[in-house]
Amino acid sequence: MNNPQLNKNGELQHLLSTEGLPASILFSILDRAAGFIEEAKDSEIRKVPLLQGKSVFNIFFENSTRTRTTFEIAAKRLSADVINLNIGSSSTSKGETLLDTVDNLCAMHADMFVVRHGQAGAVHLIARHVAPNIHVINAGDGRHAHPTQALLDMYTIRHYKKEFHNLRVAIVGDVLHSRVARSQIHALTTLGVPELRVIAPKTLLPAEVEKLGVHVYHDMAQGLQDVDVIMMLRLQNERMQGALLPSAQEYFKSYGLTQDKLALARPDAIVMHPGPMNRGIEIDSSVADGSHSVILPQVTYGIAVRMAVMSMLAGV
Amino acid sequence: MKIHIKSGRLIDPKNGIDAQQDLYIASGRVVAVGAAPAGFSANQVIDATGLVVMPGLIDLAARLREPGYEYKATLESEMDAAVAGGVTGMACPPDTEPPLDEPGLVEMLKHRARQLNLAHLYPVGALTQELQGNELTEMTELHDAGCIAFSQADAPLTDTRVLMRAMQYAATFGYTVWLRPQDSFLARDGVAHDGEVATRLGLPSIPVCAETIALSTMLRLARVTGARLHICRISSAEGVDMVRSAKREGLPLTCDVSMNHAHLSEMDIGFFDSQCHLIPPLRGLRDRDALRAGLLDGTIDAMCSNHSPVDDDAKQLPFAEAEAGATGLELLLPLTLKWMEQAGLALSDALTRVTTQPARILGLDAGHLSVGRAADICVLDPEQYWKVEPAALKSQGKNTPFLGMELRGKVRYTLVNGQIVYKSV
Repeated sequence: MNNPQLNKNGELQHLLSTEGLPASILFSILDRAAGFIEEAKDSEIRKVPLLQGKSVFNIFFENSTRTRTTFEIAAKRLSADVINLNIGSSSTSKGETLLDTVDNLCAMHADMFVVRHGQAGAVHLIARHVAPNIHVINAGDGRHAHPTQALLDMYTIRHYKKEFHNLRVAIVGDVLHSRVARSQIHALTTLGVPELRVIAPKTLLPAEVEKLGVHVYHDMAQGLQDVDVIMMLRLQNERMQGALLPSAQEYFKSYGLTQDKLALARPDAIVMHPGPMNRGIEIDSSVADGSHSVILPQVTYGIAVRMAVMSMLAGV
Repeated sequence: MKIHIKSGRLIDPKNGIDAQQDLYIASGRVVAVGAAPAGFSANQVIDATGLVVMPGLIDLAARLREPGYEYKATLESEMDAAVAGGVTGMACPPDTEPPLDEPGLVEMLKHRARQLNLAHLYPVGALTQELQGNELTEMTELHDAGCIAFSQADAPLTDTRVLMRAMQYAATFGYTVWLRPQDSFLARDGVAHDGEVATRLGLPSIPVCAETIALSTMLRLARVTGARLHICRISSAEGVDMVRSAKREGLPLTCDVSMNHAHLSEMDIGFFDSQCHLIPPLRGLRDRDALRAGLLDGTIDAMCSNHSPVDDDAKQLPFAEAEAGATGLELLLPLTLKWMEQAGLALSDALTRVTTQPARILGLDAGHLSVGRAADICVLDPEQYWKVEPAALKSQGKNTPFLGMELRGKVRYTLVNGQIVYKSV
């Protein structure tokens, strides 16, 4: 099966998922991002002309102010023209199909699409459909993938831990519904993390999750023992419906990250969260704001990582 | 019209024939096998040298989309597809719009099919009114109108008491109840097998226990009510085991599998290929192997196309939003040959799963070429390869997971009631 993200020469054509990408590509994105961060440090001017004259369309079928904004900032720092479209479900409710919408936007001479959609696979469908000169970045599709989030997480881990091959990493929370977790798992296994754990109740884990290369824990105390990196996941409020969990309080008791539980990890462990956080549900405020937390640096690195992905796709 | 089909390899599993023999047809019936009857003078001679002459296929599940979904397909287009695929008889599920829950609708459908004079159509009546799972349909009326069995198609029947009464009522009159086992609560919102691929792709999933729990209820009710049960589209290894044990116990039970499930697994979904969005979901490789083993040892009696034409607009959507289903009538024979080849089976043996066995399930004296029988015949070139592509398909539904594949086996002639209804150029 051809990897739809790579062109004939094995170069990145679209960024749809962290799955199936060679470590060399992941590392070159991280290196490139490091370059942008280094440049910004030395200079008052944050803007580079790499994408001058190019049009980046942010197409969000699902609302997200935060992710859209970071993509917008990244594109603007690369000097691209940015067009934001919050489509929500409006055009589909008017009877326009997803591919009709995409055709219309292609006709407006887009060079790059940044797409978020509620359905897993929607971004693959778009990538298969567009002309070869258009690049597509997945900004989150259903429960499937959110590759730029995972890449900025990798950047953060590399920044604090330098290497991947000696790490013990735990992902905690609603893996079942999380596109972030799936993208993190693929990226971490590709980059050579030798021990990757997921910690969650059975109702929040997908079938055969161990086949993705993770060790499953249901007990947080056991799962956090001696880990170097703790990656928390957001718990959506609607998970209290559908008989997945009894209450937010009970979830916090078993799976919320508190100082006591954090103490089981390595003394130099870092705590990450993709945002937005639910304080008191998956993470205690004292941990979120504490010395182990790298949650705000994650956001900062997110811009450089998205600049790296966009410029790499544009071939500049 | 008198037809002489000469020099072909005649395969008639029911009569144990697999030899080069001529076939003679007059007044719509087979009049002789081997030597010509005295004074037989053919109006037409079909030279079947190098070809296989066999009973027309009988498909246990073909959705022709009429009434109600004519934008997807029509009786005309799908009947053309059937005969192009060598299918001379097919059972049609009741999930039309409106569903086949009234004798008038069934009569109209039969009438339309008769007018087209192509393949035989065997409607399966709705088990409950509007397939809602609440009230029984007028089964005897529907039976008199031509329904050969009663089914919920893919519509849920969550009320177990209604299911029990429907089976009791059907058993009263000796009607067979066709059910696809799936617990609708466990399957809710699911679009793929609850396994590695759905986990990787983040697709809402349907666990195997959705099938086995429903199947266990059905088997228990079949014992209690004495109803004859036909299990449709079994999909899992555990399901096959349950059917095998129930048959061993002597339960009057039959079972079919869709050709898609006998050949494909969740792995074929690849990167969200909506062609592989099917009902039931494609399951794991172990399940697929168990389905093939079940088909081989007779636990699964028949293979069907589960023909469900879907238009492009409904398929070119993200996986979960894309409509489930695939065209199949024209692929049933090639995919039977493919299974035969892979299973190392004799052609005459493999063909029972699409001829004599489905006829037995339908309670029809069909699927064979005995003298005196209606001449429903398929003349096949078993060596011709062809590529599955939209232009090669008569069906209005051009979508199937096999699109782009080379398949072996092309129908050259199809005869229904002794009339040539299809001839490939």
